[in-house]
Amino acid sequence: MGTSRRYWARPWRRPSHVPVGGTTLEPLGSRLRRLLPIYGLLLPGLLLFGIWAAYPMARSFLMSFTDWRLMGESTFVGLDNYTRAVTDPAFHRALVATVGYTAVTVAGQLLLGLGAALLLNERIHGRSLLRLVYYLPVISSWVIVSLIFVWLYNGQTGVLNWLLNDVLGIIDKNVAWLAEPSTALWAIALLGIWKGVGWTMVVYLAGLQTVPEELHEAAAIDGAGTRARFRNVTLPFLRTTTTFLLVVLTIGGFSTFIPIFVMSTAATGQIGGPLNSTEVALTYTWKQAFGGGLDFAYASALSFLVAAVVALISILELRFARAQGQP
Amino acid sequence: MIIGQWEARLRRVVTYAAALAFGLVMIAPFAFMVSTAFKPHAYVLEIPPQLIPEQPTLDNFVRAWSSGDFGRYFFNSLFVTVLSTALSVSLAAMLGFTFARYEFPGRRVLFGALLFTMMVPGMLLLIPQFIVARDLGLINTLWGLIIVYSVMNLGLNTFLMRGVYAAMPQELFDAGSVDGAGPWRAFRSIALPLSKPGLATVAIFSWLLAWDEFTWAITILADQDLYTLPIGIRNLQVAQQTEWGLVFAASLMALAPVLVLFVVLQKQFVSGAFVGATKG
Repeated sequence: MGTSRRYWARPWRRPSHVPVGGTTLEPLGSRLRRLLPIYGLLLPGLLLFGIWAAYPMARSFLMSFTDWRLMGESTFVGLDNYTRAVTDPAFHRALVATVGYTAVTVAGQLLLGLGAALLLNERIHGRSLLRLVYYLPVISSWVIVSLIFVWLYNGQTGVLNWLLNDVLGIIDKNVAWLAEPSTALWAIALLGIWKGVGWTMVVYLAGLQTVPEELHEAAAIDGAGTRARFRNVTLPFLRTTTTFLLVVLTIGGFSTFIPIFVMSTAATGQIGGPLNSTEVALTYTWKQAFGGGLDFAYASALSFLVAAVVALISILELRFARAQGQP
Repeated sequence: MIIGQWEARLRRVVTYAAALAFGLVMIAPFAFMVSTAFKPHAYVLEIPPQLIPEQPTLDNFVRAWSSGDFGRYFFNSLFVTVLSTALSVSLAAMLGFTFARYEFPGRRVLFGALLFTMMVPGMLLLIPQFIVARDLGLINTLWGLIIVYSVMNLGLNTFLMRGVYAAMPQELFDAGSVDGAGPWRAFRSIALPLSKPGLATVAIFSWLLAWDEFTWAITILADQDLYTLPIGIRNLQVAQQTEWGLVFAASLMALAPVLVLFVVLQKQFVSGAFVGATKG
């Protein structure tokens, strides 16, 4: 990132080399001649963007106020889809499951990611190899890691059952982790943490580079122990990183789709199974449109509601982080 | 002082032990996948699990590649990935360059709109994109994948490339011969050659996205002949419930190009990590 960071902070900044106000006195012809190639460079990208992002989003929004089902007529139904969503118990259940999944995966990734970053921030041998190993799940495809975990969670001969039952004796009979309504969602959340913790670690490692070494030394001379130095020197410097991660990981948690889709169908033959215990916001939304009902209008309304919830939570998290930052 | 030394040594031991234990947890699932892929079918679900196969065999790899349609899935994925990466990178470079170096009416609004889609959950777009694809006759075609994959991280890629081009010193563009040259010339002969590292980062992310994408593909593809690797592998598992050796052999072959890319280009992977959203 380096040089581009300041553009993130002020994306609207006028480039310093662009003349200010030079365009108003320009004759129309030369202005057109100057601007035409500029728009020419933008055209292919913006065309694709318009057709496949801007227009669909607008269309989806308008559709959410109709009763359109892919075929036939559509009538304007006002807020019907939204009121239906607000009173839909299945959607409520899916939202609760999504919040639970997000809370567990975000907390797990933050804590373990920070722990891993602190370990690899020490001068230990094999550091780069370990970083590679921790990062491996991040670059692996969701489908493949989901299938690996389906195998690990197998109810009879899975490795997890063997480890917990035969080796450690923590459980006394094998559990069908993905077919049991009380465990399925949390088993998938464990995969979510395992898959994402390497990414969190890398971001925290970058954050740790901003902690000045002198501060640590000064605190050590003043007699501060390892723990005190961590709390009073390291943690305050990681506040921005943590806020960034909190927001991004929350959005990621709410967007969960592939592991649920793959693992619940592999274990129970039903998306969101067993007994809808792993149904999350996006699998429920997807099913409305593509799971047979073709209820595109309702699915659109649901996806806008989920987006609104995510936006609201992000704002709350940013507010909370800012409040914490004040002395 | 002696106590301090002892404490430092203990701390070192604990650090190593924790780092190794953590590494073990991260690598174990992969180790089991690799070992299962090399086992003859009869030994796949054994208790206790045997990490080193007693009779290692390549049978699963051979069967996965020859029988079934795995070879076809592989080339479908390759085709889609190469074209969508090329398209996405070129468009993002052009957009990023223009937004970074020129002032024109609508600049702020257009860039803002691009950034906005970066933050919108994918499902919001998936539903209406399906309708657009249907209207354009792109349902159940690989072109439907290629176009949508190129758009999926166009906002992010443009944002990255804009940063790269904005950081270039103006003197580069003022230099003699190209003085007064149009934007196209400045882009092609000056900006583009100098932005190769940035292009590589953007290309890696586009490649990964297209190679691993599942949701859009399973939504629009009905024809088995058109399946890409992620759907093909999942389909293999659905069809052959217990043939885990086969499933993991196929998974390993799908993972191999990504792993090679990762080990060779580790730096680009990690430098772009901050923007690679963790979408599932």
